[in-house]
Amino acid sequence: MTSRMQTVRRVSLAVVRKDLRIEWSSKVLLNQVAPFSLVIMIMFAFALDNEGILQRVAPGLVWLATLFSMLVIVQRSFAVETADGALDALRVAGTEPLGIFIGKSLALMVQLLALELMLLAIALVLYAVEPTAMGYAETFATMLIATIGLGFVGTLYGGLGAGARGRETLLPLLLLPAVAPVLIGATRATEAAFGSGGAQSSEGWPWIGLLAVFAGVFGAVGALAFGPMIEE
Amino acid sequence: MTTTQSTATPTTQKLGIATAIAVIFLVLSGLIFSAEDVVQGSTVRMMYVHVPSIWVAYLAFGLTALCSAVYVSNRSRSLIWDRFAGASAEIGVLFVAISLVTGSLWGRLTWGTFWVWDARLTSTAFLFITYIGYLAVRRLGGTFSQRARRSAIMALLAVLEIPLVHFSVNLWRTLHQKASIADPNAKVQLDGFMLFTLFWGLVSFSMLFAWLLIHRQRLMALEDAVQDQGLDRAIQERRTEAGR
Repeated sequence: MTSRMQTVRRVSLAVVRKDLRIEWSSKVLLNQVAPFSLVIMIMFAFALDNEGILQRVAPGLVWLATLFSMLVIVQRSFAVETADGALDALRVAGTEPLGIFIGKSLALMVQLLALELMLLAIALVLYAVEPTAMGYAETFATMLIATIGLGFVGTLYGGLGAGARGRETLLPLLLLPAVAPVLIGATRATEAAFGSGGAQSSEGWPWIGLLAVFAGVFGAVGALAFGPMIEE
Repeated sequence: MTTTQSTATPTTQKLGIATAIAVIFLVLSGLIFSAEDVVQGSTVRMMYVHVPSIWVAYLAFGLTALCSAVYVSNRSRSLIWDRFAGASAEIGVLFVAISLVTGSLWGRLTWGTFWVWDARLTSTAFLFITYIGYLAVRRLGGTFSQRARRSAIMALLAVLEIPLVHFSVNLWRTLHQKASIADPNAKVQLDGFMLFTLFWGLVSFSMLFAWLLIHRQRLMALEDAVQDQGLDRAIQERRTEAGR
């Protein structure tokens, strides 16, 4: 059992290093996804056209932009795996699927977290939100826990039907309803952290609890379901 | 090979006739025999379609999950479970749609608006979208066993996802903002015959569900067979081509 755990650890470390190295050399996140989310944030300002409203709904916009950008990252994360039959090769080689799941989830989490920090900075500048010191702590806690959940659920749904034609257009339909709890929880927690609409910072913690439940559930289920899912 | 195959058997024909009679009786008692509501007037009649529809939808999605679990756990990997799961989900999506449409029409007449952001309505909308996603997963293509495995996992994920969404939407509406008009505690007092009609609706819609389910499952089996035969024929054609 311990040897299996060691294998899982080794595989997941290798996968996360591989994914981040691919990102480092291709710079897709930096050159394409980050500018895309910046455009989303600017377009929100065009659509809402009112600085008071923007400041009020900033938390929701940050998380919506995160989710939309996440779709692109998940797409990319599995396009890399299926392009040259890499996933098949891993499977044939008898690679521990749990290791692949954890590795890909971690890589997704790192990328999402980087993106969220950037979106937070954009919100501070463009939407004029001014959190307190406590608010910052709460925002970072929210981001961290929400990202863990998003990483698991994104990897799980990203792997569903990986390699099948037409799955690129299907992913948003499957993933967005599944992450609705994260949008609700993270937005409310961030509202409390930003003090939007007079929310108190203590109001945010129950929502962070919801995010932790989400992360736990999808982490456990992903660990169980990912193996059978990719063995096609 | 041209054989005409029907999805009907003597049993399903009897079930079909019984269902038709039950539904006709439901229409009569819903529209004519039952009384108007004191407050809502005739709009209450919408309930006789609305409630049985959502009942059938829950039944259908429950069956989808059950059949998917059987498919995954059963060593034989019999495709009949996959087809029952798929047929059931299709019918479920149809009936959630009916229930959403009748519900919002009723809402328009009673509350003056088609939609309120109430927890139950919102989760039902998510239920609808989730199973549309499930049906889309079924159409991804690939072999039958690929389809079966993917969709079974998706169906089991949905079982997990729906309570989470429901729970968080509930929190959203209760912690964040009180539900405005749709008060779940405001139970309507039903008179005897109205209650009977509602119950009859549940029975006849369940029969309708069973009838649709059996036929759809058989139709899916035929569709799969056609696809198989098409493949065989294509291989045969290539062979004769190569032999020439």
